[in-house]
Amino acid sequence: MILDLIWFVLVAALVAGYAILDGFDLGVGFLHFVVPRSEEERRLALASIAPVWDGNEVWLLSAGGALFAAFPPVYATVFSGFYLAMMLVLLGLIVRAVSIEARNRGRSPAWRRFFDRSFAVGSTLVALLLGVAMGNLMRGLPLNARGEYAGTFWALLNPFSLFIGATTLAMFAMQGACWLAMKTEGQLGKRAITTALFAWAAFVALYLDATLWAPSDAPWLFLRARQSFAPWIPVSLMLLCVVSVPLLLRRERLRLAFLCSSITIACVVAILAIAACPIFVLCTNSVIRSLTAFSAASSPRTLLAMLIIVLAALPLVLGYTVFIYRVWRGKVRAEPEEY
Amino acid sequence: MSALTLARAQFALTVMVHYLYPVLTMGLGVVLVIVASLRLRRPDEVYDRMLRFWTHIFGVAFAGGVATGVVMEFEFGTNWAGYSRFVGDIFGAPLAAEALIAFFLESSFLGILLFGGRRVSRRTHFIATLMVALGATLSAFWIVAANSWQQTPAGFHIVRGRAELTDFWAAVFNPSTLLRFLHAVLGSWVTAAVFVGSLSAYYLLRGRHQEFARRSLRLALVFGLVAVVAEVVVGDAHTRQVARTQPEKFAAIEVLHHTQEGAPLAVVGQPLPEVLLPKLLSFMTYFDFNARVTGLDAFAPEDRPPVTATAMSFHAMLWLGLSLAAVLGLGGFLWWRGRLFESRRYLKVLYYCLPIPFVVNEVGWVTAEVGRQPWIVYRLLRTEDALSRTVPAAQVAVSLLMFVVVYIGLLGLTLHLVRKKVLEGPGDGAEEGTP
Repeated sequence: MILDLIWFVLVAALVAGYAILDGFDLGVGFLHFVVPRSEEERRLALASIAPVWDGNEVWLLSAGGALFAAFPPVYATVFSGFYLAMMLVLLGLIVRAVSIEARNRGRSPAWRRFFDRSFAVGSTLVALLLGVAMGNLMRGLPLNARGEYAGTFWALLNPFSLFIGATTLAMFAMQGACWLAMKTEGQLGKRAITTALFAWAAFVALYLDATLWAPSDAPWLFLRARQSFAPWIPVSLMLLCVVSVPLLLRRERLRLAFLCSSITIACVVAILAIAACPIFVLCTNSVIRSLTAFSAASSPRTLLAMLIIVLAALPLVLGYTVFIYRVWRGKVRAEPEEY
Repeated sequence: MSALTLARAQFALTVMVHYLYPVLTMGLGVVLVIVASLRLRRPDEVYDRMLRFWTHIFGVAFAGGVATGVVMEFEFGTNWAGYSRFVGDIFGAPLAAEALIAFFLESSFLGILLFGGRRVSRRTHFIATLMVALGATLSAFWIVAANSWQQTPAGFHIVRGRAELTDFWAAVFNPSTLLRFLHAVLGSWVTAAVFVGSLSAYYLLRGRHQEFARRSLRLALVFGLVAVVAEVVVGDAHTRQVARTQPEKFAAIEVLHHTQEGAPLAVVGQPLPEVLLPKLLSFMTYFDFNARVTGLDAFAPEDRPPVTATAMSFHAMLWLGLSLAAVLGLGGFLWWRGRLFESRRYLKVLYYCLPIPFVVNEVGWVTAEVGRQPWIVYRLLRTEDALSRTVPAAQVAVSLLMFVVVYIGLLGLTLHLVRKKVLEGPGDGAEEGTP
């Protein structure tokens, strides 16, 4: 029982880590034609994420792997249920990975233009679709007796989920702009700050709207908030951070602004996780079929073995992640294209 | 076409394209570690150029591996939901370990390897190189362990229609894990050695970047000879292990239709006229000319793997692999006679070997995976029962088409980038100004 809950928390933590870290480089991709305006500036924007984006994406792989290992039926139902959406996520991930690597290896403007575009489109597609998937999980899914998704592809593109997709995009845009504000200077840095403020306003507006909309489309997520104070901890922390972001941006305390934006994202994931716990997939046609941390868990032996792996590996991972971000700390420079 | 055929075609396509990348980077990572440690001991500008040039190629290949690698993990859930439900308790753990232990390591330090040359000390850069190579090898270990569990399941019991773990180490170190891990890693070392050797031969033939090419070629030959000799030994042991643990796959590999004592070895088979050497198969498998070898007739027709594909891919691997061993061995001989850099004919042969190791690795995997059919988990779960039942065939067709288009573009781009770098060359050193 306790192992099931620990793994629920760990999966949520990996999702939060992914949203914070890949959140900024997806955001940088989404804003690739908004913040940087010239060839030189686009090179700087890309240079700011080039050494780290790959490690960031591993958080997605880890979250997926953890879900597969700890809650196989959830993994199977969600991934096969969102089939075409997942394929488009993969398309976006492939396209942007290739674009980041290929762009600076060609000299012609047409080559660079092409990969600039595909980088922006791929990143936007991934951010949007992951948000739409989250929106559908917030609403719940119809499942058949075997616990498989019983709806159609088009049913996934409902207004509420699309709205959550837009909110996610705004959240990543805020995160990406804060990252660029922290990593760049001059004209580019100024524009990043302005953009971060706009993205912040968009995120706040969309988030509030989504919160007002949720009681009709995802009422179950509010049950816990009435009974317990647990959800109110991340809610209040998030309020504190989300209010700080624009103040810090205006005062050019850019590292703190990025930190607050990151904590905001962590809080969003925490709020959803606490509200939903222990439910992964709410079954809309028969509540009893819902996939929960208890009904979908792997055997205690597997969960324990993996917990040991995580406890051994995660401190190491965090340790060298911090080390590596320290190597790249400070403003990004227009360095030679490669070592 | 049925959803099953489409899903299998998609998995085959995506995994075969994916493997082209890590098979190079796993071995090339070791080459980089060797060059970086040589440079650490005796800094000089040729090592600088070697490290820069091979790191550049490594970067291109690594990006392809990352781009195509995410697909593999997702597909277990998207296309093989039945499989995920059945094996999640076991297969998920090595996959999660791969991400947490190996992928983080290689991806995190890759940034320093590729871009950090001017930011960190040589020692830190060397450590980053080492971590990338270590991460790549560890990730090979975990994924091969997971795949080996599909071949020779161990450390589990079946509860409520799914496999549950009873012994973590027995599942990880199941009867085929170690041999298959060594087989795959050594295969990638040979690949990198032939790759480096082939491109070095190209420069020598063109009379460009002589010192760079000579040193790279010598390194490739030493590395390649060690790897290929070990690979022949491991490959042989692995084949005998298959005979013990998966007799129907072995019978398909050797096209042995009838169970018999003193079984003959088919040296040449389809599509050529068969050449049989009496009793040799029994001896090679059990070191006994009269040992009994299980043939395909011991298994029900619906449990037999497709013989033609299994046998042909195995023999392609065997003969092409042995040819590579011969080419590397000849290189070692010419080096010993001091004629390595003069023999244009040898350099030309080596140059044209460039695609062969990739083919060898791919057909080796075809043998392993097709030879396991009709099972996705040997004798536990049939491939047809592993499919995502809720995904319509039309959607799989759409995604398959998408992968065909995207991967053609990706392969074209990779070839273009590698070719461009090769034509550009590693620079000509101090006399012409280091870039």
